[in-house]
Amino acid sequence: MQGPPTRRPSGSQRFRTPDPGSRIAMLDIRRRTGVLLLVIIVAQLILISAQVQTKTGVPVFQAVTFGTFARVQGGTSGVFRSVGNVWGNYVWLRGVRAENEELKRQVTDLSVRLQEQRALAQRATRLQELLSLQTSTSLPTLSAEVIAGNPNPGMLTITIGRGSADGVQTDMAVVAAAGIVGRIIGAPAAHASRVQLLIDRNAAAGAYTERAHAGGMVIGVDHDPPLAMDLVSNMADIKPGDAVLASGVDGIYPKGFSIGRIESSERGSGLYRAITVRPSVDFSSLEEVLVVLVPSKSAVPEDSVPAPAATVGKGR
Amino acid sequence: MKTAVVIAALAVALLLQSTIAGMSFAAGSRVNLVLVAVIYAALAYGAVTGMLAGCAAGLVQDAVAGGIVGIGGLSKTVVGFFVGVLGAQFIVSTPVPRFLMFFGASLVHELCFQALYALVESRSMRLQLSTILIQALVNGAVGIAAFMLVERGPEMVQRGNWRRSSTVRRRY
Repeated sequence: MQGPPTRRPSGSQRFRTPDPGSRIAMLDIRRRTGVLLLVIIVAQLILISAQVQTKTGVPVFQAVTFGTFARVQGGTSGVFRSVGNVWGNYVWLRGVRAENEELKRQVTDLSVRLQEQRALAQRATRLQELLSLQTSTSLPTLSAEVIAGNPNPGMLTITIGRGSADGVQTDMAVVAAAGIVGRIIGAPAAHASRVQLLIDRNAAAGAYTERAHAGGMVIGVDHDPPLAMDLVSNMADIKPGDAVLASGVDGIYPKGFSIGRIESSERGSGLYRAITVRPSVDFSSLEEVLVVLVPSKSAVPEDSVPAPAATVGKGR
Repeated sequence: MKTAVVIAALAVALLLQSTIAGMSFAAGSRVNLVLVAVIYAALAYGAVTGMLAGCAAGLVQDAVAGGIVGIGGLSKTVVGFFVGVLGAQFIVSTPVPRFLMFFGASLVHELCFQALYALVESRSMRLQLSTILIQALVNGAVGIAAFMLVERGPEMVQRGNWRRSSTVRRRY
């Protein structure tokens, strides 16, 4: 059998586009032997597989088709899942960003609240100490809140939220749970008063050492420790760690209230010892104080400890 | 025309094969006329025809035989294709190459057929070499005979007619 006669194209025909007949011939599957063979083989393999069963009883065709399709499905679902995950993560990240902002805000808010609660707890503790002090002492006292510090660096004063309307008067003693804080100076306002701290260099208080009952005067100094005890004889038995208490001779501070502890005691060049005192009150963290509602006395009480050599005044 | 001839040849081969097998099982196992027809079509008309003929004939044979439809079809498709390709590459116009082609194609077909069955049934191949060789030889002989019949048949018929007519003239 011979095929159809072929005609060699002329020179002008060589560069023409192929005619529709040749296109159809190109599409004729019979011209593509390999493809046709492959198609037939695959078709027959499918046919065979459809009739053969696996060991589990499932037809091979079904098993292969299912397996192949499952893989395709797996790949497709994997792609979709990946895309979904990417999208989800993107959306999630956007949500996380907003959530992060919200959480940061909450953390900040909670930190502030925590600090407030901690401050409240500390304040409650201090108030409890003040209350115990208030109940333990027979002196009439008035609790006051420190509402302001000292605007003038040269003056160690604080402002408390009690004033003349509360019975506060000038030269009333101000104490804390740990000891003496200072005294009211100046004319109190109706609901505020200024307190001169004991560590101010212009402040002084009559004092004595608890162990040796050596009398003297505690004054504020400009160095650390911020208190010094003056007018204590060189003969007095003063040792570091001795408690220094208010003697009450100044008519301001109630007797027996703690002022501090001896930190150093040296024999002085003159008559008096050079003594430094560490105050018992932490002046840097004063928040609540008690005002002793006892007007100052100009006279020195009779049962006071031996008076120091120098005159104890209300201030220096 | 070509398609009709091939279809007719396959149909005849199938009918003959089933008839022979019906008469003698042993004789039926020693020749595969359908395969012969496929190889013939491949050698005569090329790879595509051989392939399509193998596919169709094999499927029909499988369907008639009652086995797994497709195994015979696949085997004959492969054989038809490669015989067609080889037939186009080499000169197979003489009896010996044709015989070798029939013989080899029969062996390949049987190998493919048995291998596919073994694969499908998950068992080892059970080849009876003597049976295969006999079948290949018989197929080769039948194939050569078929070619001779087709190519020289008309001539022989013409010669016979001429002899018959010359004898009549001599009588008169």
